[in-house]
Amino acid sequence: MSQHNDEIKKVSIIVSRGSLDGVYPGLILGNGARMEGIDSNLFFTFFGLDAIVEKRMDKLSIVTVGNAAMRLPWGQKMPTWLGVIPGMASFATWMMKNEMEKLDVPPVREFLQMIKDAGGGIYACKLAMDMFHLKKEDLWEGVDDILTVGDFYQKAAGGPIIFT
Amino acid sequence: MSVKEILGRMIEFDDDGHLKNFADWNEELAKELAKEEGINELTDRHWLVINFMRKEFQEKGDAPSIRKLTKESGVDTKELYQLFPKGPAKKAARIAGLPKPKGCI
Repeated sequence: MSQHNDEIKKVSIIVSRGSLDGVYPGLILGNGARMEGIDSNLFFTFFGLDAIVEKRMDKLSIVTVGNAAMRLPWGQKMPTWLGVIPGMASFATWMMKNEMEKLDVPPVREFLQMIKDAGGGIYACKLAMDMFHLKKEDLWEGVDDILTVGDFYQKAAGGPIIFT
Repeated sequence: MSVKEILGRMIEFDDDGHLKNFADWNEELAKELAKEEGINELTDRHWLVINFMRKEFQEKGDAPSIRKLTKESGVDTKELYQLFPKGPAKKAARIAGLPKPKGCI
């Protein structure tokens, strides 16, 4: 990694997971950077691509199966077998969206638009696109470009890279 | 904390460089704070944001989120970043005489 001064001037954030809880940290970091006057670029790869696929971006959900930290609304740990009950994932997703709205966290599409309007870059990973048989037309219209790993490193030069 | 003389008044600032006392603020002081942020002239659009932030702060006790700001003030995200380059939430809050915003959005 390159040398940083005390101040971060640019940050590159990789979003590799496609669940709601997998996507939000990257969005919050990316937007937060712009709010601080830091340049930010978001790179969506593997399942993270779902967040910028037009037909999927509004339907991301929470993972209830195999999530050891999952808790019930009253704070008790959720028994793992509950996670497989039909409707559990959508219930958890609904709950989380509610909580996010209370904190003024926008839905994924609005959040991405906000980052874009703030001057942040939105990029898709070429390899993952090929792997999932996705074309440019499948992506949200706000995506700036589709990049190879090499392109990515060029864009990321001079700032820290955060993998989420 | 620090104290600085601006326009012949001794003004106290907190550790983040924001006004310590909300009551110290006036429009003339805002213009000086804006200059420190590299904004030489405050336009009507700047004032719209500043006044909205002050009103929100007085009512809610914290600066509004950028989302709220853009939805309710009539200044959209793009314009907000043009008005206050290099960090609208913090810069606008500082010029408006508010402490550093506590929110992450």
